[in-house]
Amino acid sequence: MGMPISLALRGRHAADDRGRAAWAEVMAALRAVDRTFSTYRDDSYVSRLGRGELELADCPPEVAEVLALGAEAERDSGGAFSVWRTGPDGTTVLDPNGVVKGWAADRAAAALRCLDATDFCLSAGGDLVCRTLEPGAPPWRIGVEHPDDPGRLIAVVPVATGAVATSGTAHRGQHLVDARTGRPPSGVASVTVVAASLTMADIDATAAYARGEDAARWLGARPGRTGLVVWADGSATPVGSGTTAVPAEA
Amino acid sequence: MRRIVLWFMTTVTIVVLLFGYSTSTSGPSAVGGRTSAVSAGVPVSGGTSSSTSSASARTVSGPTVPTQWGDVQVVLTVDGSRITDVSVPVYPNGNGTDAQINAYALPILIQDTLNAQSAHIDMITGATVTSTGYLQSLQGALDKAGL
Repeated sequence: MGMPISLALRGRHAADDRGRAAWAEVMAALRAVDRTFSTYRDDSYVSRLGRGELELADCPPEVAEVLALGAEAERDSGGAFSVWRTGPDGTTVLDPNGVVKGWAADRAAAALRCLDATDFCLSAGGDLVCRTLEPGAPPWRIGVEHPDDPGRLIAVVPVATGAVATSGTAHRGQHLVDARTGRPPSGVASVTVVAASLTMADIDATAAYARGEDAARWLGARPGRTGLVVWADGSATPVGSGTTAVPAEA
Repeated sequence: MRRIVLWFMTTVTIVVLLFGYSTSTSGPSAVGGRTSAVSAGVPVSGGTSSSTSSASARTVSGPTVPTQWGDVQVVLTVDGSRITDVSVPVYPNGNGTDAQINAYALPILIQDTLNAQSAHIDMITGATVTSTGYLQSLQGALDKAGL
């Protein structure tokens, strides 16, 4: 399972060896996470753990950390989000992808945070984390893809420092289900969440999406989030205090 | 005035690194391994809100909205009935300590087709930014344009 990684740097180390070295560290960190967590690799710790071939104690400590985040998300989402999903043949599969993607990119970004006087915007498969240090610099302009038409934008979010994650149906092959029903949630096309950390933005985007028609209300009750829920009928609900929407044209 | 100058006449150096990241079972497939430094001067597209080339284009300033992090104002450039640009000239980014907590802002809905490049988008969030959808995605187009 591949995932494109895009990085934009601006400032002191944008084009020097330190910037390039930080980029290499980001990629190395993401590859290490993939070896441990990939559900597309039979030999990853998560795959083996899911098949019962291993105990949690046999796995690197990051696995326990991610599963703990997954348990917390399951609780907070009222069971709509779960790292355990039931496959079509009735077997239970361990699939922490809704947690791992944001968590991994957050950790990988540590190498970028070490770059002094350097702003960054790192996107891992459409989940991104940004930092702006330069006083007065414009925020990073994040385009939100339209879930019905990936060639179009539906919104723009300016982010100086923070994270953005999107969960949606446009991703072929992704198994986003409401764990309470075992079926894909109805009524919602995509959820975009803006938060201070990418780990939380990713978890909340996945959990809100799993809530289906309840997505906007659930996300609005999460502290410190802004976001956007795009419904299956094409309408959109911004979420967050003081959010203003451009009114739809008649 | 300085803020607007930074916004439209930015001289930051942007490095966009494009790399395909895949598991070892499918082999290391690099979508592209190129790096490039682009010094962006005056924005390429004519649809900016400081001056517009079309006679019918105009800027519409939205209300200044107070948020818990400070005031935010949105300015739209409208050409006829189409929104052709969105900018945020007033952004809560006052003194240094404020900058720490001015993490993020409000999603601004765009009601009409707005090109990612003319909207000066830096990065895309979306569910199709995966290796299979990447080349057709807006992110793919952005990265390609930046190289």
